[in-house]
Amino acid sequence: MSGNAILVVGGGFSGITAALEAAEMGYEVILVEKNPYLGGRVAQLNQYFPKLCPPSCGLEIQFQRIRNNPNVKVLTMAQVTKVSGQAGNFDVTVSIKPRYVNEKCTCCNACTEAAETTVPCEFDFGMGMRKVAYRPNIFAFPQRYAFDKAKCSEAEAKKIEASCKYGAINLADQERTQTFKVGAVVQATGWKPYDVSKLENLGAGKLTNVITNMQMERLCAPNGPTGGLLLRPSDKTAPKRVAFVQCAGSRDENHLNFCSYICCMASLKQVTYVRERVPGAEVTVFYIDLRTPGRYQKFLEKVSADPKLSLVKGKVAELTQEGSGKVLATVENVETGIKNVEEFDLVVLATGMQPSVAGEAVAVNAPRDEEGFFIGSPDSGVIATGCAKVPLDVMRSAQSATGAALKAIQTVAGR
Amino acid sequence: MAEKIGVYVCGGCGLGEAVDLDAVCTAVKNKYQPQCPVIKAVPVLCSSEGKAAIDADIAEAGLDAVCLCACSPRAKWDVFTFGDKIQVERVNLREQGVWSFNKELGALEKAKGIDDLQLICNEYAMMGVVKMIKSNIPNPEVPETCKTIMVLGGGWTGLNAANAAASLGYDVVLVEQAAALGGKVANFYKTFPLSYPYTEAHETGLDKLITQVTTNSKVSVLTGTTLEKLSGAPGLYKAELSGGQNLDIGAVVLATGWVPGDTKYLAPMGYGEIKNVITTAELEKMAKDGPIVRPSDGKAPKSVAFLINTALCSVDSCPADVALECEKEEQAPVNPPAEGEEAPAEAPFCDLESQRHLALSSELSSLVALKQANYVVEKDPEAAAYIFYDHMMVPGINERYYKAAQDNPGVMLSKAQIKSVKAGANGSVVVSMTDTLLGEAIEIVADLVVLPTSLVPTTAHSPVVNLEYRQGLAFPDLGLFEGYADSNYICFPYETRRTGIYAAGAVRQPMGLALASEDAMGAALKAIQCVSSANRGVAVHPRSGDRSFPVFNFVRCTQCKRCTEECPFGALDDDPKGTPMPNPSRCRRCGTCMGACPERVISFDNYNIDMIGTMIREMQVPAKIEQGGPRVLILACENDAYPALDMAAMRGKPWSPYVRVIPVRCLGSVNAIWVADAMSKGIDGVLLLGCKYGDDYQCHFVKGSELCNRRKENISESLKRLGVEPERVDQFQVAIDEYDVVPSMIDKFMDMIVKMGPNPFKGY
Repeated sequence: MSGNAILVVGGGFSGITAALEAAEMGYEVILVEKNPYLGGRVAQLNQYFPKLCPPSCGLEIQFQRIRNNPNVKVLTMAQVTKVSGQAGNFDVTVSIKPRYVNEKCTCCNACTEAAETTVPCEFDFGMGMRKVAYRPNIFAFPQRYAFDKAKCSEAEAKKIEASCKYGAINLADQERTQTFKVGAVVQATGWKPYDVSKLENLGAGKLTNVITNMQMERLCAPNGPTGGLLLRPSDKTAPKRVAFVQCAGSRDENHLNFCSYICCMASLKQVTYVRERVPGAEVTVFYIDLRTPGRYQKFLEKVSADPKLSLVKGKVAELTQEGSGKVLATVENVETGIKNVEEFDLVVLATGMQPSVAGEAVAVNAPRDEEGFFIGSPDSGVIATGCAKVPLDVMRSAQSATGAALKAIQTVAGR
Repeated sequence: MAEKIGVYVCGGCGLGEAVDLDAVCTAVKNKYQPQCPVIKAVPVLCSSEGKAAIDADIAEAGLDAVCLCACSPRAKWDVFTFGDKIQVERVNLREQGVWSFNKELGALEKAKGIDDLQLICNEYAMMGVVKMIKSNIPNPEVPETCKTIMVLGGGWTGLNAANAAASLGYDVVLVEQAAALGGKVANFYKTFPLSYPYTEAHETGLDKLITQVTTNSKVSVLTGTTLEKLSGAPGLYKAELSGGQNLDIGAVVLATGWVPGDTKYLAPMGYGEIKNVITTAELEKMAKDGPIVRPSDGKAPKSVAFLINTALCSVDSCPADVALECEKEEQAPVNPPAEGEEAPAEAPFCDLESQRHLALSSELSSLVALKQANYVVEKDPEAAAYIFYDHMMVPGINERYYKAAQDNPGVMLSKAQIKSVKAGANGSVVVSMTDTLLGEAIEIVADLVVLPTSLVPTTAHSPVVNLEYRQGLAFPDLGLFEGYADSNYICFPYETRRTGIYAAGAVRQPMGLALASEDAMGAALKAIQCVSSANRGVAVHPRSGDRSFPVFNFVRCTQCKRCTEECPFGALDDDPKGTPMPNPSRCRRCGTCMGACPERVISFDNYNIDMIGTMIREMQVPAKIEQGGPRVLILACENDAYPALDMAAMRGKPWSPYVRVIPVRCLGSVNAIWVADAMSKGIDGVLLLGCKYGDDYQCHFVKGSELCNRRKENISESLKRLGVEPERVDQFQVAIDEYDVVPSMIDKFMDMIVKMGPNPFKGY
């Protein structure tokens, strides 16, 4: 690596895009991702709006591009711990967590079969369980298993090790660091769902039949905990009345002082999930404004033509859950001013996006606003992109990341 | 053509236990020993020992190709690389053999006892070998290319794009039709905020940007100039400019922006009839030039109402002649020229502006109203501004600007349904509305009413790029996006059907300046990548870096024009005789031309009609269905259906043992001859697995799966004529995440075939 290499922090859609666009210009790129797989948030989505197409379709092309391009070096389970120097001449330290599974892994699944201990699956936001030795997801890239050694007994770890015919389980694996010299840093650390435990009036994450929009994605995804069936958590039945609560945390000075851009479109998309999966289900979306900018207007028109969908300008003041699993929503209709209580089988909170690094220290020296978004620092050699900078949808993240690749190349070109 | 192929059969991941690896080797040896000096079974091919064995054989036996019968090419790709002199074929015995095999599944009663898995593995291995025999390493010709980037449009986006391309050392020609640079932004008093803290409008910074561009020695600025004609291909474009100037161009950034929507669509809200109803475009100009005054008497308005809920102007209320006039034309089919007839000089262009542009501009309408409401108060602290909206369309970070406006005591915001806009006394305007914060049904009397200006892309009104392409002057598919030169891909927003031309800014989508400047950089980078790919003779997205290219054997060409018509990217022109003229740097290497050609004129070095045909011939068809089972050929899109099959296998979902899967670059590359060969060989059915088509297509080559489906209809007709059930050939749309569904699709098709009985051609 040299002064004209580029470090991309974050292997979600923005990071992958920035990395590839720079690599295909001939620049060396180090793509650092903290999860054991690439794809970030979009890997967890069932479909994209407005085309209702699977994110893995575009990711497959991206992964093919990575396979075909030796300029991209992918590091998973890795975090950038130190960045020193200045534009054109950064020294970067990357810390790589032990995966306990080495490059010999063939994804034969023997370790998963040998493992007994299960833990809540983070990829499914805790709605399903996974073994301690596991494939991060069916579409995982790189294709390699991971092992949560600390979460099982030594005896079980030994058994798991013995189950691998290929010597791919390495119980002695340790955290290690690598250092690189790079000329520019693209910060593509993306977003995380807002913590629902802070939304006291909406159940604070304690009501079983009140889920987040990201959990809804997992419930409806074919590789999710229910194999794509929409079943409410309390009793695994198909919900007949579903409500979406928009701006759960967003547009609220006490929580997220901005609009999260995607939630209106995401909920409209999820309305189609419900209507497709549960015949006759009735759906209500409670919103402040329906934000469907530009060509998304068409999608709004298409979805709102559904007679089983009610779009209500209203504020949900409170959610409670009864013993039967019914969720009671206290709703004030903004147009009529009428406050009443409505019953639903399942409520989806359109929780917003918070910068992944909000409230955390980051290795790069780059200014952030009070919400944790990077606010840009020209000539610093640090280029923030995608949802690390402002809330965006996937299409605009891809745009932003392509532009970021150019800015990174500007920084390193000729060095 | 590979001459020394090493064949390796892996015993890992359950293969060794379930399959007789030596039998696979023997099967290959019996038929292809002369071409395969090395044929061996290896316990674990991806192990360091396995890889070392291959490397040693390459060195010792002088192999020029390796055929690795192991796992999917999507796995272990990083291990199995041998440099660019060695061709590599990955025969997928793991996912498509042992992991998707269930000996109980679908096997016919009498046919049980046959080792179907062994047959599957033997045949796939043979297919891999013949594929290599029919494959060459492509060696593209590298033309002398021009690297200059032409930026069309000298507005905000174009200026940013010019700057960006020049900053990477590329020469830029910036073409602007007006006499001066700056475009629409030159008329902006201010822009809504572009950076943190996103609370206050500010100057655009246009002058500084113009200076940067005009003082940059890499950029030559041509004002008062338009592009009359663009011919050639990326790296080799000839641009004919107004005034007769001709330039060599490498690639193009299209940044011609927008024009204000026709005000006739605002007539239902009083525009045109009531003097003091104006548009935001008009107000912006006024604010830029000085005080805000109302047109009727030149007085400063004390109350200004911005009506951004334009539901009154929706289709229903528009004069019938305006509404849908274009849609009719859009639907008129463009007839392909009859044989022998000259192709029309240019495809008809239809103006695509409609009242829908108001709704599509909603985000800008909201932001501009907020900005201009602030102008009203700024210019006259006594004045009041009202904004009436249905949905305040300020997604994302601009919520903060909206919040700031809410804190401005001079600005009043409310939801409202506008019922009517009428002239009042003394030049005032009376707006009746319902459902507001102020009451159920109210009337507002304003000194001035401001209606939104929609952003209509320049490409809605004319082709702009004026391509001298056989398929027409303009971008295809403009109708999908009301004239915006946009991509239909979410993941790849710069990819359109015209390689080498990358749209940015408001010509692509309505957008503000912050996004437009990033977009300009993105498009500039794509243009540069395209030039550099052309310069290396390789493909751009989605097969970026692919060195293969279509080769035409013109001797057999009958000038039928199918390839030139069907290429999704307009890569082929006609010469005066009607013979296709390839433009490799426009080509995306999907093979749609190859699939279209009835004379088998078109081939790639490493992908061709003969290759797939020969692979199909390696399928062993039992003489009797009831004794050996039926056979179905699956041609699967390698980008989506193939990974879906892989993942089905990984999830332990088996499918019928009587199918053989051959991946194709895109269903668009499927030539009817493959299907005909398969049927005449006695194969009982052919299943085409490709991407979704239609407006929300998922095909990475836009039209491939749709074109294949059309060809399938023709094949069905031919089968009928031959007395073969047309249902034996079918196409299913499979998304990459339908891994749990695709095995049952296959099995249902197989059940149908079994019910139908053997292909009547079997045994002939």
